[in-house]
Amino acid sequence: MIPEFGQLALALALCLALVQGTLPLVGAARGRADWMAVARPAAAGQFVFVAIAFGALVYAFLSDDFSVLFVAQHSNSALPVFYKATAAWGGHEGSMLLWIAVLAVWTLAVAAGSRSQPQEFSSRVLGVLGIVSAGVIAFALLTSNPFTRLIPAAADGNDLNPLLQDPGMIFHPPTLYVGYVGMAVPFAFAVAALLTGRLDKNWAKWTRPWTVVAWLFLTGGITLGSWWAYYELGWGGWWFWDPVENSSFMPWLMATALLHSLAVTERRGIFKSWTVLLAIAAFSLSLLGTFLTRAGVMISVHAFASDPTRGLFILGLLAIFSGGALALYAARARNLEAEGGFKLVSREAFLLANNVLLVIATGVVLLGTLAPLIVEALGLGKISVGPPYFNLMFLLPALPLVALIGVGMHAGWRMMPGDALARRLRGPAVAALAIGVAAPFVFFDSASVLTTFAVSIALWVALSSLLDPMRRLVFRTGAPLTRGQIGMSLAHFGVGVFMLGATVASAYNFERDFAARPGDTIEAGGYEIVFNGIRSVEGPNFVADEAEIELRDGDELIGILRPQVRTYRVQTEPMTEAAIDTNMLRDVFVALGEPLGDNAWSLRLRVKPLIRLLWIGAGLMALGGLVAVTDKRYRVAVRQPAPAAAQPVEAA
Amino acid sequence: MAVVLAGITLAGYLTYRALQENLLYFFSPSQVVAGEAPQRTFRLGGMVVEGSLKREPGTLNVSFVVTDNVHSVPVKYDRVLPNLFREGAGAVIIGRLNDEGEFVGDEVIAKHDENYMPPEVAEALENARAAQGE
Repeated sequence: MIPEFGQLALALALCLALVQGTLPLVGAARGRADWMAVARPAAAGQFVFVAIAFGALVYAFLSDDFSVLFVAQHSNSALPVFYKATAAWGGHEGSMLLWIAVLAVWTLAVAAGSRSQPQEFSSRVLGVLGIVSAGVIAFALLTSNPFTRLIPAAADGNDLNPLLQDPGMIFHPPTLYVGYVGMAVPFAFAVAALLTGRLDKNWAKWTRPWTVVAWLFLTGGITLGSWWAYYELGWGGWWFWDPVENSSFMPWLMATALLHSLAVTERRGIFKSWTVLLAIAAFSLSLLGTFLTRAGVMISVHAFASDPTRGLFILGLLAIFSGGALALYAARARNLEAEGGFKLVSREAFLLANNVLLVIATGVVLLGTLAPLIVEALGLGKISVGPPYFNLMFLLPALPLVALIGVGMHAGWRMMPGDALARRLRGPAVAALAIGVAAPFVFFDSASVLTTFAVSIALWVALSSLLDPMRRLVFRTGAPLTRGQIGMSLAHFGVGVFMLGATVASAYNFERDFAARPGDTIEAGGYEIVFNGIRSVEGPNFVADEAEIELRDGDELIGILRPQVRTYRVQTEPMTEAAIDTNMLRDVFVALGEPLGDNAWSLRLRVKPLIRLLWIGAGLMALGGLVAVTDKRYRVAVRQPAPAAAQPVEAA
Repeated sequence: MAVVLAGITLAGYLTYRALQENLLYFFSPSQVVAGEAPQRTFRLGGMVVEGSLKREPGTLNVSFVVTDNVHSVPVKYDRVLPNLFREGAGAVIIGRLNDEGEFVGDEVIAKHDENYMPPEVAEALENARAAQGE
């Protein structure tokens, strides 16, 4: 009964989404305040019904209701309770329901947080969100219903994919989706502004905090995914340029461009049409990502679910949403007037360069991701695009982009005397170059030109980002920093830290596969690896072969690593659980392979220097966003006129 | 204007070259046997023949045979095989042909669902069956 209840709730949510997507928009066009007033209650009601539907699905999992097809496919009575709940998004249908639920939360937050904005504007924003929601709920109900019954019911479930039975899998998809789906909000603001015909500084100011929150969740979600792939997939890599990774990375690049473009529009009233286009592009790439992930058009390590009819439906939604927004843009963009100009050396100019480079980077990733599809559609064969393409082509715009951050953040608005800028930045530039050239030789005995260059740029950005906070904290001169400025410095410092970690971990990565018998000692990567043997261990729903490996540096025992190969009881394919000895300077990563006969086992060893910095840097970027969004000017804007709805933006 | 145009042309050319060098084409065992496969790196896919997996005891060196049920290609590999690699299942291998006509693998691609057949392999099997029926 409960699953039918959930399905009914989802259908009612669709009805409310349709109301929310029509009446307020028509009301805004005709000046009917009573029609516009429908937007908020409809959004609230939709949220309630979506929450009921989502709760019903989680309940079906927790109560082992194997008469529900989706539950029977993705759960099992022996599955730990924790994973039963999170199995709700362990497959396609549940993922789509999560998508819908996340959008409902965003919509509710926008409804609560937009009371200070003119009704005509906020009801258009909610109207656009209603249309998006209606499209996706219809998609779920028509092609991907998680509540479909299985008759007769299964005696027990097929179990959750063992790869997903991991704490990382609990937080990665929801975090990613909050970011991904959150791109619908700046999209809705942009479309509403186009409809209203007023793309002004206020619009940028309203859009910006939402964009920052969505961006920081996207940053966090991608980082969690990368970390999960690193320790769970058992290959020791952290980024594979896999189509599914790319499909979350492209919206991130666009959202990053959008954040910076919004800063210019808010402050100076220029770049308006560009900002609108970026908002549309960021959301379109989110939808394209959903298409690539969910339609099964890609061969991917992530390809768990696939169905071509679903792909057509999502492509249709993409055409309607993006095509509609672009048509509206084409009709209205002529009315956009810049409210000022700027000189060649100015913050605006640097932010423009940021945007251009980010768009190029997105284009490079998009081309590499779609090339296999295009080539196949043209009948030219089946290809895949290897990581070397992405590594090379992405670095070309990314290196100058990161280098320019260090300059741009110190440039003033409108114009800046070039010599003053140079004087300020000379110190960190010289220091970064000196360390960048020397450090690789001191610590690793060798360096390529590219490594030296990348390390220097990373250090340069990190040092440059510290200039303002240092001036304030250590020398106590200059104006106090706003939260926005602290957030910016923190995030840019994070870019430097990330890049340092990524460069060093890739350039000085040691990797080797080898065969070992119990008692063997292998010297590799500056360590001694002693293989003590294999024993059998038992988990709640799996059995595993577990190796015991001593990690030694000369006579000193650094740690004991216990990598496993697990065999889960229901889905019997073996699963690698790598063991990692970690500190700030390096990770030693060991994965157990398979028995090779003759009592030997295959082992896979990776030593990755400074790889922790990669995740710390990404975390700092997200933290910077969090600090920036608590800036006074956004809090005031939200709270002032409507104390009743004191929903701070950051709570979204 | 001319500078911008030159820049775009150069960027386009570089992109084209980078793509060109890093595209990995897929070939089925029948195509390889027919001599259609290139000398450079490509992807080979098919079913791993039952009983063909041979291992040099105590080492990482393995050999196995990949087939589309019409033609077969021997494969050599010396790294850790992915978890889901097994005889009788589909596999995609990145590597190149050596002078003896063996395919030397750099990477065997893992697939995640035991019922999941790489789409290219499914199509290769289908094509081989169709070609044989003619």
